[in-house]
Amino acid sequence: MNKKQVEMWSPWILLVAVIALWQIICSVFNISEFIFPSPWRIWTQFWEFKLIIAGHAWRTFWVTMAGFGIAIVVGVLLGFVIGSSRLAYAAVYPLMTAFNALPKAAFVPILVVWFGIGVGPAILTAFLISFFPIMVNIATGLATLEPELEDVLRVLGAKRWDVLVKVGLPRSMPYFYGSLKVAITLAFVGTTVSEMTAANEGIGYLLISAGSSMQMGLAFAGLVVVGAMAMVMYELFSAIENHTTAWAHRGSQNT
Amino acid sequence: MSDAPWFVDFSDVWLAYNDELMKASHFAVEAIDLKVRQGEFIAIVGPSGCGKSTFMKLTTGLKMPSKGKILIDNQPVTGPLKISGMAFQAPSLLPWRTTVDNVLLPLEIVEPYRSNFKAKRKEYVERAQHLLEKVGLGGMGDKFPWQLSGGMQQRASICRALIHEPKMLLLDEPFGALDAFTREELWCILRDLWTEQQFNVILVTHDLRESVFLADTVYVMSKSPGRFVVKREIDLPRPRDLEITYTKEFTDIVHELRGHIGAIRQTKAVTAA
Repeated sequence: MNKKQVEMWSPWILLVAVIALWQIICSVFNISEFIFPSPWRIWTQFWEFKLIIAGHAWRTFWVTMAGFGIAIVVGVLLGFVIGSSRLAYAAVYPLMTAFNALPKAAFVPILVVWFGIGVGPAILTAFLISFFPIMVNIATGLATLEPELEDVLRVLGAKRWDVLVKVGLPRSMPYFYGSLKVAITLAFVGTTVSEMTAANEGIGYLLISAGSSMQMGLAFAGLVVVGAMAMVMYELFSAIENHTTAWAHRGSQNT
Repeated sequence: MSDAPWFVDFSDVWLAYNDELMKASHFAVEAIDLKVRQGEFIAIVGPSGCGKSTFMKLTTGLKMPSKGKILIDNQPVTGPLKISGMAFQAPSLLPWRTTVDNVLLPLEIVEPYRSNFKAKRKEYVERAQHLLEKVGLGGMGDKFPWQLSGGMQQRASICRALIHEPKMLLLDEPFGALDAFTREELWCILRDLWTEQQFNVILVTHDLRESVFLADTVYVMSKSPGRFVVKREIDLPRPRDLEITYTKEFTDIVHELRGHIGAIRQTKAVTAA
């Protein structure tokens, strides 16, 4: 194996090593599975309840994607507005920063009052937690325009809109895709947190009910599933990013 | 040449960037009187921060003067002048567009090209490729800017400034970031383009040799107040070859200009003390 292959496989090797160590510790010290289940125990529980887990996972997945979809639409629109107007930037940005500092889990009880137990609070929590990075990145991409280039275009009679469409938006695309990777993982956090208190379905609900019935293996299996889903979506958006905005990652092509 | 009509005509132009600075009589440029003939190549030299870039904004109509009058091509300037093309020290090409598409960008914006851009795209691509060939970038059109060297990017940037056949080319230290050899190569390319198409050029530069080699007239600007203090006509015969930069006549003019700039700096130092 050469260096590059080692690098490629290193996360998997590390994962296997951690699991092995975990298993060894659990077996050697004979740790109770109610406190800290071994990987083997998590696996058997996973296999035993695979259909139930799959049902909850599917629910968490589509709820997250719905919230994430709203986050993309709202984030792009808001980002476009505050990135293209200095006044809007000055007015909106401080408020948005303050809003972003609020713990999104704190919204869940309020959302329950408004929408009841079910998909509503989960979708909205996923949205609330994930639109901010999208908005900020679109706005940054639009706002960082070289003044010289703006002069070149303005002298030709370019309107603000021309500059935004021809230069601003394409320039903000790498920022946008970069933000999607961050936002999708946050969206999973939002959904799971919300489901823990405000749903009868979903991985979050599974975690709470498994925990309360001391099925620690099942709870851990649920965690692994959320992690895996977030990881897969992250890699998906990472691949899309590399394909659509290769010009922004030219360093990697030259080597 | 000497009986060509005036193309650029500044009469007593002053500019303050805002009302507050205006009240404090703090002007970025002051009392500019300037007459440039049709097809003339002028260079403006001076210390950094002397208002050279402000002057460019005035000439292209991106800024309106606080006092005075500007006529370009016998028309008073009322807004951005589409007959001008601009290039700067940074090539500022768009990395997601190929070189040809970068050169074509102005045609997507300026009328009359804008309205028929899609229909006539093929013709315009040919025009862009022809222009790229002239500056020595033949066959590089499909490359992306980041695949080109700094000098090549700057050539493409000049093509972008010229694609809509402007009557006036404004260059703000366009060769400032290039190495000496590339710079001299681009001087010759600019010289040839200008000789062939006879547009007006306003070249802002720090480089005295560059200004003397290329321009018909060199203006020296002073810093705060930003004024034109010296006008020096360069009567070296054309076409000029790089060899000329090693002759005594050439270096004498460069020396003379250097003296003017030195004098400006000295008076500044004295007033500061």
